Amino acid sequence: MPTSPSILELLSPYPPGWGGVLLQGAASTILISLGAYLLGIVIGFVGAAGKLKGSRPVSAVLDFYTTAVRAIPELILIIGLYYAGTDGINRLLSSFALPPIEINGFFAAVVVLGIVQGAYMTEVLRGAILAVPTGQIEAANAFGMRPWLRFRRIVLPALMPNALPGLANLWMSVTKDSALIAVVGYQELALATRLAAGNTKHYFLFFFAAALIYLTITLVSNVMFSSLESYFRRGQPKAA
Amino acid sequence: MDFSWVSNYWPLIVAGATQTVLLLVISVGFGFVLAIGLALAQVSGPHWLRWVAKSYCTCLRGTPLLIQLWLLYYGIGSLLPMIPGLRSSFLWPIVREGFFFAAVSFTLNYAAYEAEVLRGALLAVPKGELEAGQAFGMGRWTLLRRIWLPRAIRIALPTITGEVVLQLKATPLAFTVTVMDLYAVAYKIRQDTLLVYEPLVVVTLFYVCLTILITRAFRVVEMQVPIRR
Repeated sequence: MPTSPSILELLSPYPPGWGGVLLQGAASTILISLGAYLLGIVIGFVGAAGKLKGSRPVSAVLDFYTTAVRAIPELILIIGLYYAGTDGINRLLSSFALPPIEINGFFAAVVVLGIVQGAYMTEVLRGAILAVPTGQIEAANAFGMRPWLRFRRIVLPALMPNALPGLANLWMSVTKDSALIAVVGYQELALATRLAAGNTKHYFLFFFAAALIYLTITLVSNVMFSSLESYFRRGQPKAA
Repeated sequence: MDFSWVSNYWPLIVAGATQTVLLLVISVGFGFVLAIGLALAQVSGPHWLRWVAKSYCTCLRGTPLLIQLWLLYYGIGSLLPMIPGLRSSFLWPIVREGFFFAAVSFTLNYAAYEAEVLRGALLAVPKGELEAGQAFGMGRWTLLRRIWLPRAIRIALPTITGEVVLQLKATPLAFTVTVMDLYAVAYKIRQDTLLVYEPLVVVTLFYVCLTILITRAFRVVEMQVPIRR
């Protein structure tokens, strides 16, 4: 193996090295994941509310959504949504006689991953809401709280400890699923790594470095989620 | 929607489905064996072995499968030809294929996830049953083979079903390393016929059917040994 540029030179953050490209990729991985995760939480709350409180057709539609997303491989879902989404928007625009637009890769990635996350999130939040003791909700009603106040003061704090393990799992899976966006050609960490590796022919080094970055993201998030959980579990008895 | 291409591409679709199922069977089969070892190492191994198994699971569960696959295929794959004699050996035709790397990385990844499931299940086997086994004079190996492992697998069975379905949904990644699996077939049909959605729909139906088949099969297995609560 030719060892002309050293490992440090290859990984240095300034242009002859590829470290900067990798770090930029990591930053966009984190941004995509964060965006998709937040979108997923919003979809999840709406979906959980719809499944629990909605009319029969609403909950049938939501059932189809969560089942379909969880039964179809993520890769196919991401590619399908990516093409169907961009194509659908452009068709819609052309039907209004507007020129087609180039859809921002970042935006598309966030929406696509968010839709996938939303399905899982719906189930996690639905379970967590169901686990809130009815007595607490009735007590809130007895105090004359309106639905929104009741949700904010009673339901949300009570469901968080139940939902957090599931939410943590979903965060871990979205950071890893975001690597699939590489297949549709948006440059996040996985694709940046492939680019760096392909250009320098040091495949092992760069993929190993990327794996370490992903691992760091996972480990740091682990610590954050466990401190979040202990915050939300304050005042609860230690063993459930 | 135009499905007239299906009759032409039928053999290709079946071949792709075979590859997908083969990848699934290989990774679940070998991965499960590896997972038993990893779980046992974590539960009852010596301190250093416990640490090794634990960090293996953390590393493989903490990085995307796509990166693991590419690390093996591009990384290790580019180093393999430097092993003297390998290129002329009988292993070379297997080792140069993307399928080999996909199978290996899926197996390693599945083992890491499955080991965590089995670890929990091994710990969930009631102590009394293990003590009863010891009281019958069973040695460690007999105890493991006859009581501990079967009980743990039974406890973990519903979770294992879920893991196998997740593994099925991970197999399309093999297409990024030139394996002609079900998804790669859909990709090829798209390139040939310029139809975007129809191949995806057909392939998706295949995956959903496989999922249903897997859950049904595991339900039958679960019925064999009813669990008393």
